[in-house]
Amino acid sequence: MRITCPHCGPRTSEEFAYLGDAAPVRPDGTGVENMKAWHEYVHIRANPHGEHRELWQHASGCRTWLVVTRNVTTHEILGVEVASDAKAR
Amino acid sequence: MRYSIFNVLGQAFKGNENWMPAWRDPAPKAEYDAIIVGGGGHGLATAYYLAKNHGLTNIAVLEKGWIGSGNVGRNTTIVRSNYREPGNIPFYEHSLKLWEGLEQDINFNAMVSQRGVLNVVHNDSQRDAAIRRGNSMRLHGVDGEYLDRAALQKMVPHMDYDNARFPIVGALLQKRGGTVRHDAVAWGYARAADQRGVDIIQNCEVTGFKIENGSVVGVETSRGPIRAKKIGLACAGNTSKVAALAGLRLPLESHVLQAFVTEGIKPLIDQVITFGAGHFYISQSDKGGLVFGGSIDGYNSYAQRGNMPTVEEVMEEGVAMFPLLGRLRVLRSWGGIMDMSMDGSPIIDKTDISGLYLNCGWCYGGFKATPASGWCFAHTIANNEAHPFNAPHRLNRFETGYLVDEHGVGPQPNLH
Repeated sequence: MRITCPHCGPRTSEEFAYLGDAAPVRPDGTGVENMKAWHEYVHIRANPHGEHRELWQHASGCRTWLVVTRNVTTHEILGVEVASDAKAR
Repeated sequence: MRYSIFNVLGQAFKGNENWMPAWRDPAPKAEYDAIIVGGGGHGLATAYYLAKNHGLTNIAVLEKGWIGSGNVGRNTTIVRSNYREPGNIPFYEHSLKLWEGLEQDINFNAMVSQRGVLNVVHNDSQRDAAIRRGNSMRLHGVDGEYLDRAALQKMVPHMDYDNARFPIVGALLQKRGGTVRHDAVAWGYARAADQRGVDIIQNCEVTGFKIENGSVVGVETSRGPIRAKKIGLACAGNTSKVAALAGLRLPLESHVLQAFVTEGIKPLIDQVITFGAGHFYISQSDKGGLVFGGSIDGYNSYAQRGNMPTVEEVMEEGVAMFPLLGRLRVLRSWGGIMDMSMDGSPIIDKTDISGLYLNCGWCYGGFKATPASGWCFAHTIANNEAHPFNAPHRLNRFETGYLVDEHGVGPQPNLH
């Protein structure tokens, strides 16, 4: 797999660290009322076939966090954007 | 037909023309007492133990492809019980004990070979951890002994003991660990379950669940609807996809794990040996090929193939331990899809939907667990409650915090 970093260009996947699904959103607050939300955020994943938006960091490069859209059934990379840009949208 | 030496000789004299198919190929009935979704090792073992231990024989095993086409035919065939966590040791030891009596039990030669599992260590802290794990195993009545360098060198003389970066100082040995012929496990359980009346239905994909008033009442399949009040999922890497059909969201990620085999050579590696400075395990098959693997590739994947960086990493680790591997040709590599759980340990439990049971989260240690997984899952399905062996492996442990995290790395599946 080759990931095209917006800053560094096409680089081998070895240079990147993988975190996982980009969908879970960190809950606000750590109160008891949020326990369920934290459980969902930390543990529960959709784990779909096909298209998957996921967080990668260009750890051995510019260290930018990226949202990579990848087909997990074929390993085809469909899109890469800087995570902060993806979040702002 | 019961297999025996007389049977083999008798058939040989008759030109091997009278062998019967090892299991039937029935059409699905309209209703069963229980359905197991997934005809891999765990699903077939579950059906067998439901029939044998719990007297449930009106059962179907539904398999999307052909039985044994998934991870039970793709693993590196290692069995062992050298765990450390209290929830894991009794479970995996139960599994090893079932392996020890399996062939007589199911009347099938699964080539169970207790050749010993060696976990090599490279420095003082790893040595201490290995000794502690050995002690933890012995406290649970499991065999485990630490070998120092001299004892190890006598047993395995051809490793690179003086590797500049990863010198070998000793190893933890579990003598009762070893290998089992993986395909034979699927075939043996299938045949034994079939003989007890279980219908094994291949090319039958589950496409939906029928749920009424919070209870499961049947499945939709590519071969028509089938009713059952108890349904167990044993779908390994595809668990999230199948469970989603019933509206379940699970603490799982699917990752690809690769394995490799070299050309056949004369006996070279008598045990199962693991490298301590990375993640690499190797044994030699009875055909002579060296079978080995390493870590998962590290990203979500449903492709049953991996990428080159992991291939390179695995080969490097292998050559660091056995430099002579560099002279061998790798014949094949392949991938399987691992149901990685958030704490690295499996889930065998009921779900919130009455009658729907879950067996998943095997990460990449599912093969060795096959007998105990089937045994415990059958108990859970038959009695609607967990056996003490799988009581720590509940689905709700991720909410309650009672995790069974063998490696202590937290909820990051690609690190387990």
